[in-house]
Amino acid sequence: MPEQNFLSTIYAVARNAFREAVRDRVLYNLIVFVLLLTAAAIFLGELTAGQEARVVTDLGLSATLIFGVFIAIFVGVSLVWKEIEKRTVYSIFAKPVSRSNFIIGKYLGFCVTLLFNTLVMAVGITLALLYVGGTKFIAGVWPAAYLIFLEMTIITAVALVFSSFSTPALSALLTFFVFVIGHFSSSLRDLAQAMGSEAAVVFFNVIYYLLPNFSLFSVISNAAIGQHPPASMLGFATLYAVAYDIILLTLATMIFRRRNFK
Amino acid sequence: MNVVEIEGLSKMYETGFLKKKRNLALDGLDLQVKGGQIFGLLGGNGAGKTTTIKILMSLIFPTAGTARVLGRDAADVAMHSRIGYCPESPYFYDYLTANELMDYFGRLFGLDAAARKRKTDELLTEVGLAEKDRGRQLRKFSKGMLQRVGIAQSLINDPELVFFDEPMSGLDPIGRRDIRDLIAGLRAKGVSVFMSTHILSDTEALCDDVAILRAGRLAASGKLGDLLAKDDAGRSLIVEVQGVKADEIRGTVEFIGGATLEATPDGANITILDESDLDAVLAVIRKAGGRLTRVEPAKLSLEELFVRDTSA
Repeated sequence: MPEQNFLSTIYAVARNAFREAVRDRVLYNLIVFVLLLTAAAIFLGELTAGQEARVVTDLGLSATLIFGVFIAIFVGVSLVWKEIEKRTVYSIFAKPVSRSNFIIGKYLGFCVTLLFNTLVMAVGITLALLYVGGTKFIAGVWPAAYLIFLEMTIITAVALVFSSFSTPALSALLTFFVFVIGHFSSSLRDLAQAMGSEAAVVFFNVIYYLLPNFSLFSVISNAAIGQHPPASMLGFATLYAVAYDIILLTLATMIFRRRNFK
Repeated sequence: MNVVEIEGLSKMYETGFLKKKRNLALDGLDLQVKGGQIFGLLGGNGAGKTTTIKILMSLIFPTAGTARVLGRDAADVAMHSRIGYCPESPYFYDYLTANELMDYFGRLFGLDAAARKRKTDELLTEVGLAEKDRGRQLRKFSKGMLQRVGIAQSLINDPELVFFDEPMSGLDPIGRRDIRDLIAGLRAKGVSVFMSTHILSDTEALCDDVAILRAGRLAASGKLGDLLAKDDAGRSLIVEVQGVKADEIRGTVEFIGGATLEATPDGANITILDESDLDAVLAVIRKAGGRLTRVEPAKLSLEELFVRDTSA
């Protein structure tokens, strides 16, 4: 029997996770996205004279975020849960596959799906911008799409943590809360400081530092006015997302390692 | 060498959230399985067979005790590259085809592309999966076809030891014969087999050693032949005769050393407790004009043994 290394195990699991997403028609959302974008490019431009490119950028990136988050939450929570429920893990863990490698493989495979999804959407927005003559907006679209992808990797990891000990419905709800609070955590912290309540400041500081700060990844409104973020910001966001992903995956693995598959 | 060594293995399941209920699925099980043979794990529903196999596959963790496979702890991931496992009613990725599933599992063992292709073709042929079905998604497969794929995937790494949980489940008679031949073939190649089954005829046809579980404990274990030999020392014989009326010879026969007689449609089956009584019984039969058709050591049927050892 050839020596099996952990990277090829992770690759095999990730490859299958990507195939699963494709065969389960996760990417069908792209059709709706393309239709939405086409409609926006053709019809909304007429209603917002001279603002076509801005509308296409704003709507396209917002849709990329909403579609992506929706998929990240709902597919993310069932990523491992489905394997347990359908008992496919029985055959997997009887093979030389550690639970951590399995979790990492499933996660990475799904992230590739999200990356592909985001790439196609960014290409769609770019084409729509070319159609409406908004070429100067394109430079802002791609960094914004990249940041949306990073945000989705964190949301998926959050979903994975919740689903490693809870039901998919509850996990989806909790992940959604993290998404919403993560977008407003800095505003909530500012609000608490303005209120002057010591307890509120402590509480919202804990939330601010504990939950991911998604406002870091939110540059859609900048992209819609033709701005693009500096490279340093992209670098910091990348490091922030990777660090968060690693912490969350470690947590999910620690919980998953102790599970009995009855 | 023992391929499986289980010592004091217990597993307690807890159910319920606030008011926890406890269920002891395994209760201090001790078991050794020798290599190079087909071992059968028998027991009624809830006896602990699947729990035992799941602990050996590291799918669940024991509450107490140890389980070793091929000399290594059952939870040792590297050891799993030397074993195969086909779960009961195999559950696979139904969006994959049989070929894709084999390829995926081959990758998990680090097989290269050529080896994966070769093993896939070879094993799917061996389990009798038609070539036209190999490119179909598993969601379109019958239970029997899935079982065949399950057995094929468990052998993709040329394992030293294979675990089959109810391997004949869902198979038609031809399928059962094919899989029975395949399992017997594995033993001939030196592969050890650990199987749990409810189908006693398969156990009798295949297993060298068996263990019978009852309520999470070992009720009996050993060579199947030894277990089937009657408790009363193996000196008992069954004498099968034809051409006599059972009631006519009953009185005389049952007078000989505690022999018992059971009427059959053609004659009678006489059980004698000691070989030395055989001549006397034969004399009675000849005198009554009967014909001896068979003499064999009295044994429990596996069914009798199973019912006896699995009843509380």
